[in-house]
Amino acid sequence: MTSGWKVGTVVSTRTETPTGRSITIDVPGWPGNIAGQHVDVRLSAPDGYQAVRSYSIASAGDDEWLQLAVDRLPDGEVSPYLVDELQNGDQLELRGPLGGWFVWRPEVDGVPQTTDVQLIGGGSGIVPLVAMIRAHAASGSSAKFRLLYSVRTPEDVFFADELKALAGDTLEITWVYTRQAPEGWPTPAGRVTLDALRDATFPASGSPAVFVCGPTGFVESVATWLVELGHEPASVKTERFGGA
Amino acid sequence: MAVISRGFTGRRREQSPDLPPGQFLTEDFPVLSAGPTPDIDTADWEFTIRTESGQTHSWTWDQLMALPIEDIGTDIHCVTRWSKLGTSWRGVSLDTLFADVDTTDAYVMAHSYGGYTTNLPLEDLLDGKAWIAFEFDGEPLHPEHGGPARLLVPHLYFWKSAKWIRGLVMHSDDDPGFWEQNGYHIYGDPWREQRYW
Repeated sequence: MTSGWKVGTVVSTRTETPTGRSITIDVPGWPGNIAGQHVDVRLSAPDGYQAVRSYSIASAGDDEWLQLAVDRLPDGEVSPYLVDELQNGDQLELRGPLGGWFVWRPEVDGVPQTTDVQLIGGGSGIVPLVAMIRAHAASGSSAKFRLLYSVRTPEDVFFADELKALAGDTLEITWVYTRQAPEGWPTPAGRVTLDALRDATFPASGSPAVFVCGPTGFVESVATWLVELGHEPASVKTERFGGA
Repeated sequence: MAVISRGFTGRRREQSPDLPPGQFLTEDFPVLSAGPTPDIDTADWEFTIRTESGQTHSWTWDQLMALPIEDIGTDIHCVTRWSKLGTSWRGVSLDTLFADVDTTDAYVMAHSYGGYTTNLPLEDLLDGKAWIAFEFDGEPLHPEHGGPARLLVPHLYFWKSAKWIRGLVMHSDDDPGFWEQNGYHIYGDPWREQRYW
């Protein structure tokens, strides 16, 4: 599944937010990945020093390229390099894809997935969810998707234009702004609440598959509320980052 | 031969001999969980060891607290590459819990409240290598870190230290648990970087 390290070459980067950008990397021999999987990224300094971190993959499919979207951690070692330094043509190493749990497949054993899917992302926790949204759109899947996306301000939205363009009959998006809402936004800025979660997500009665990704505190709150709202714990898949 | 990442010098360069390969140090305590954090009342908590003959050995919370409690100072290593050195825990040794358990099976499946499972060789749980831990850093173990009690097997990657532990079931074979079925290594030795299949 994860044979050795492969050399990737950066083909494009795009500033997504004041602290984050997306990076598209050609990886000859990359076996493709399922939406939601992640990849180990290895950087090597001229003297042989190496650092490795795992990142969620924003893309999905069989192609020999992938896209990352990385948020700069103030005291990070790898993320500031990826966000601020990396240029087209630069090389790094990748190993993966990794993870077989926090994933969504358009079809399983040849049968299209029709289960409703509720995605809930906080900050850069949107990245694996974007991969699922892209896989959903690319496959023409009839499964209904909903996304609840919590960000500090409108500037902090990753893939803003693409998400807005993909919203439609099979993808409904609810935006939550925790620090500053856009001009004229109907509700004041504030964190996701239990009531907001109830109003903006598929009800438990329909047994949706739920994916929650974001900072630990965000995921802890949301996942606990989802169980209170009647969702089966086993149907709520989570990924957390940061300490608690 | 690794390719050089132009302009990368590396900031941290941690040199601790206690840091396994490919790990970085954190002062934080990140959380890796596959689903919601279960809410477990110690009044309802029970821990059970079940053997191949169907025999069970069970402890309530109060019975666990009445057993010899050990202070544990250890390093912990997560497969997601963070390590935390010199952590302090309190818990009951698995040697104590296995004292009266009669089994010839060589493997154990740990089961958690919430449905998580992970597999381990029995020998990795004995001889002072594993505990049922219920305190971290002088405080009751927080639910997101596995409270009220988790398995603590610090010589293996930390996904083996099952949060919200409820029982151990003896197995004749090394059947894969939850993460082991989802891409992680069957054994998980951080010093040999046994992260993935």
